[in-house]
Amino acid sequence: MDTHTNKAPKGALSSLQRWLPTHPGTWVILGLCLLLSVPVLTVFSSITSSSDGVWGHLYETVLGDYVLHSLSLMLGVGLIVLVLGIGPAWLVTMTHFPGSRMLEWALVLPLAMPAYIIAYTYTGLLDVGGPVQSWIRETFELRFGQYWFPPIRSLGGAITMLALVLYPYVYLLSRTAFIEQSVCVLEVSRTLGATPLQAFRRVAIPLARPAIIAGLSLVLMETLADYGTVQYFGVSVFTTGVFRTWFGLGSSTAAAQLSAVLLLFILVLVLAEHWSRQKARYHHTSSKYTRLPRIPLQGWKKWAALAYCVTPVLFGFLIPFLQLLKWSTETWHLLDRDGFLGMFANSLKLASITALIALVLGLFISYTKRLRPSLALRGMVRVLGLGYAIPGTVVAIGVLIPFTWFDNSLDAWMRETFGIATGLLLSGTLVAVVFAYLVRFLPVALNTLDAGLGKIKPTMDDAGRSMGLTPLQILRRVHVPVMRGSLLTASLLVFVDVLKELPATLILRPFNFNTLAIRTYELANQERLAEASSTALMIVLAGIIPVIILNQTISRSRPGHDSTP
Amino acid sequence: MTPLLELHQLSVALERTVIVRHISLQLEQGRIGCLLGPSGCGKTTLLRAIAGFERALDGEIRMGGEMVSDARHCLPVEQRQVGMVFQDYALFPHLSVRDNIGFGLRGMSAAARTARIEELAGMLKIADYLDVYPHRLSGGQQQRVAVARAMAPKPRLLLLDEPFASLDVELREQIAREIRQVLKQDGITAILVSHNQYEAFAMADEVGVMRAGELLQWSTPFELYHQPACEYVADFVGEGVFLEGRVLDDMRVQTTLGVLGGTELHGFAVDAQVRVLIRPDDVIHDDDSQKTARVLDKAFRGSQYLYTLEMPDGTHVLSLVPSHHRHAQGEMIGIHVEMDHLVAFPH
Amino acid sequence: MFKKLSLSLSLLLACGVSAQADEVNIYSAREENLIKPILDLYAERTGTTINLVTGGADELTQRLELEGANTPADLLLTVDVGRLYRAKEAGLLQSVESEVLSSVIPAKYRDSEGEWFGISLRSRVVIYDKQAVQASDLSTYADLADPKWAGKICVRSSSNIYNQSLVASMISHNGVETTEAWADGFVANFGRPPQGGDRDQIAAVAVGQCQLAISNTYYLAGMLQSADADERAAAESVAVFFPDQNGNGAHVNVSGAAVTKAAKNRDAAVKLIEFLVSEEAQAWYAETNNEYPVRADVPPSELLQSWGSFKADDIALDELGIHNAEAVRLMDRAGWQ
Repeated sequence: MDTHTNKAPKGALSSLQRWLPTHPGTWVILGLCLLLSVPVLTVFSSITSSSDGVWGHLYETVLGDYVLHSLSLMLGVGLIVLVLGIGPAWLVTMTHFPGSRMLEWALVLPLAMPAYIIAYTYTGLLDVGGPVQSWIRETFELRFGQYWFPPIRSLGGAITMLALVLYPYVYLLSRTAFIEQSVCVLEVSRTLGATPLQAFRRVAIPLARPAIIAGLSLVLMETLADYGTVQYFGVSVFTTGVFRTWFGLGSSTAAAQLSAVLLLFILVLVLAEHWSRQKARYHHTSSKYTRLPRIPLQGWKKWAALAYCVTPVLFGFLIPFLQLLKWSTETWHLLDRDGFLGMFANSLKLASITALIALVLGLFISYTKRLRPSLALRGMVRVLGLGYAIPGTVVAIGVLIPFTWFDNSLDAWMRETFGIATGLLLSGTLVAVVFAYLVRFLPVALNTLDAGLGKIKPTMDDAGRSMGLTPLQILRRVHVPVMRGSLLTASLLVFVDVLKELPATLILRPFNFNTLAIRTYELANQERLAEASSTALMIVLAGIIPVIILNQTISRSRPGHDSTP
Repeated sequence: MTPLLELHQLSVALERTVIVRHISLQLEQGRIGCLLGPSGCGKTTLLRAIAGFERALDGEIRMGGEMVSDARHCLPVEQRQVGMVFQDYALFPHLSVRDNIGFGLRGMSAAARTARIEELAGMLKIADYLDVYPHRLSGGQQQRVAVARAMAPKPRLLLLDEPFASLDVELREQIAREIRQVLKQDGITAILVSHNQYEAFAMADEVGVMRAGELLQWSTPFELYHQPACEYVADFVGEGVFLEGRVLDDMRVQTTLGVLGGTELHGFAVDAQVRVLIRPDDVIHDDDSQKTARVLDKAFRGSQYLYTLEMPDGTHVLSLVPSHHRHAQGEMIGIHVEMDHLVAFPH
Repeated sequence: MFKKLSLSLSLLLACGVSAQADEVNIYSAREENLIKPILDLYAERTGTTINLVTGGADELTQRLELEGANTPADLLLTVDVGRLYRAKEAGLLQSVESEVLSSVIPAKYRDSEGEWFGISLRSRVVIYDKQAVQASDLSTYADLADPKWAGKICVRSSSNIYNQSLVASMISHNGVETTEAWADGFVANFGRPPQGGDRDQIAAVAVGQCQLAISNTYYLAGMLQSADADERAAAESVAVFFPDQNGNGAHVNVSGAAVTKAAKNRDAAVKLIEFLVSEEAQAWYAETNNEYPVRADVPPSELLQSWGSFKADDIALDELGIHNAEAVRLMDRAGWQ
């Protein structure tokens, strides 16, 4: 800040302070982050081990396919989610056309639809034996092979399925950004001669870029972590490769190394995102907000906008939802109703507990990072963030390894010292399950909370402290109320994600504990898609309510509405 | 009596760069001080160090005799009982004006709380807005709320960081005077930071001029103006020019405006070359004077004109002239110099 | 005090897993709806408390291994022999001597050292389009690599354990080279890239995308008994062919049970396995999931009987596990996705 200053004498302010935390509370947070990073670090630590020539085999045979398919999957999903996410977000925020109000929240609905369930559903509909192709054959009296139909179980199919349920991340985040943009900035561009469309392209999109990229990176991480869909469609990508190597080839080391390569993909992505964000600061330069003037669309434009925005809802939610409903009514009598309620309760219980813990943990981590941004903490949080890109099964094993180690070591020590067997205290309990969820989904909460906290000016903290509040009191009395929108968003995203989660639950759960996702998977795994539909439907229904609340929260996030003077 | 605030050889560093160096000053209970200087001089850093947001690199800060900062210790902000008004006000958007003001009022009865809030609202003329949310207020109103909020818990020391910077120019001095009144009424000791001397003079009992992290002078506005400690202060505060001069004796100096002298000893040796500060109010328009100067430029100041004059030898001086004396540019006018005390610096 | 605390803690955390005699804790790769009813029946009849976790066999084995001596699991149930072999190799199982088991289960369907026992059988067969293909056109698995089937075969991914076991059996019989040559020809005959499950292959044959599909027997049976009329119609348009009837016999895999090395309720676990091979339980298996009973004196379901009896491969089932990794590599090389 001053050109007339000297360097401080060395030692007076140690550079250690910038690297390592100095506050005991910060050490606690750092320790927590480290604990939650253990599964990620376990995967990384495999890199140095030898894999007995499995890599040679992989390199010669399937590795090229894994890389090519994974990249194609990311590219395809990435492109489609941008198209399905940004355009509708801008249209429903800035323009007015028939149904635009309803589409505003309907566009979020596919978020409640797990990717593997939409994959089952579309397969049932579109596969050779499904109703659509049967109808084509009967109507036109064709045999298979005499007409062309896109194969649903293919790389293209997997791209479509994933994009249809993941685009809401881009939609939500870019819509938030559009809502927060000062109208002035857009109006200035209009006075400089830009048409509304040009204003969208030249001002609104660049301003929303950090949000769009944040949404996109969530999508790509989910895409890379997906196992259910690609496995079901028989597309060989990194995740399917990990399992095949692990169990088929029997090399857990090579499998972990494949996962590590997967993580490197993600690391590159994360760094790219960080780099793109660092180049520019996107703060609101104007603090004057008025009601968003929605441009009423006329003539063909309003129908085109309607068609554009309806498409993702139709294919991402409505069609699969109705198909599930149909199957469900057909197989309702086969449903085990007593167990069903228990599973429903279990799913909700797990999702709520995890959402709550993720919220509290995320808030403390994010706040500590704001107050005392040591490099160690920031680095740790970045590693933690990779958890979102790791397939659930890998996370589950990454949780099992340290948990069983801890339990067994404690047991051995207790036996030796006190002659008491403690057995397995943590593994095989819901503690392990929730921990695995946190490893996977805390990054989602952190992203949202970081963004929310970032919008609160640092002078707010100073003001609170100057009035005699401790940092914790400031968090409670200032930040939490100001950012309640972000808090709600973070917990709801985690809630919905947990509701959909399958592999970690399956592996880590205690005896006699079932969730909706597990039952759905088990039936679908026996290729009984129709019977799986009732539980699948319940997952979707349980997810819809938080998803709609989520959308309401975002609509209200407009500055001036309840924040930013 | 122990001064309320005492800085002794205080240095502050940010990110290993020393921003503020060896500052010493004292502020008595009930007085208002001002740190004045151009942007980047370290005045805000100094203020934040007093508040406790920044740690001391060296030296110490005492409040009411109690050590609050030195190289090893730093009493946390929340225990210092300081109030702070921020440049951007930092009002809590989720709270009404009433709750913003009442935010720091804890451990008191609801009635006492309401009374204090209403007392401040009355003093600061914001009683009508108590149940409004901050984003509905104008800049000036937000500023008053910010001051009220900081004053509410009766802090030992109130700190104001460029409190008037976001206000319209016309409003600044008026609000500054009003706030001074309120502070005096409440008996609050305060320090503000400003880069505007008029604001500083309107508000403060004592002003410190800072440059590049150093405090050049800490005294009353009168002293600062009439007895600046160095050329920089003389130049920064008020207007004026320096004339080359030669010392004639203990009291007098020979300059192009003639022999100048005050009533006090100036302390330079005979024949020394010095630079003499000539304030515009030292140069009196006098039609009868032998000495004349050409009007180069003039600026209307309401009741007065500020003339820039050129002496026959080419040196420029400034003169404040009552505005009913109107002279055109290029005109020659008579002047003479009248000064109580001579301000001179070594050449 | 400590003991009480740790007891109550472990009760709390491990969901009531403690060492009582009449309790069995099961890690099951067989999905809940396909095992729980018979377990419930047993629990009700004997008063045994049964705790169940289901999941993928590989993941459960991994969990078992990591939990080590403290694992709560007494019994591991899998739906293929490869995983049982792997668990045995990893030292996770213990040898059981039971007169009931050794008398009821044919020797070839249980481990020679008594570490695992087959419970039910399934054969991996050829499903063919009744209109396009005559049973007389079909003969052996080896024949499926013949160019005459080019573009006519549907099969699921090689990531599937049943395909891995089938290829492992061929490696065991014919060696790697012959099998690899076979795999090259077989893959060249694919009518579409491997995708979906066994039912999907059958559906593809029904609509004419392929003429032959490879499937486990119970999948076709499930389709024939489906609630969905379309699915039933599809299944009725195809037929079953048991290959290699003049040679080694049709490939057979077992679903099985094994007592874990660390089992704390060993005797109760053995009793449960004995129940699972009782005539009653075997009949239930046969009816519910259309699997072939492991005991010769219990008949398969009527539906399965209608397909006729067949000659099963006599290979020692260990072989399937031994050659599993080699089979995966071989399929990778052959380009079997």
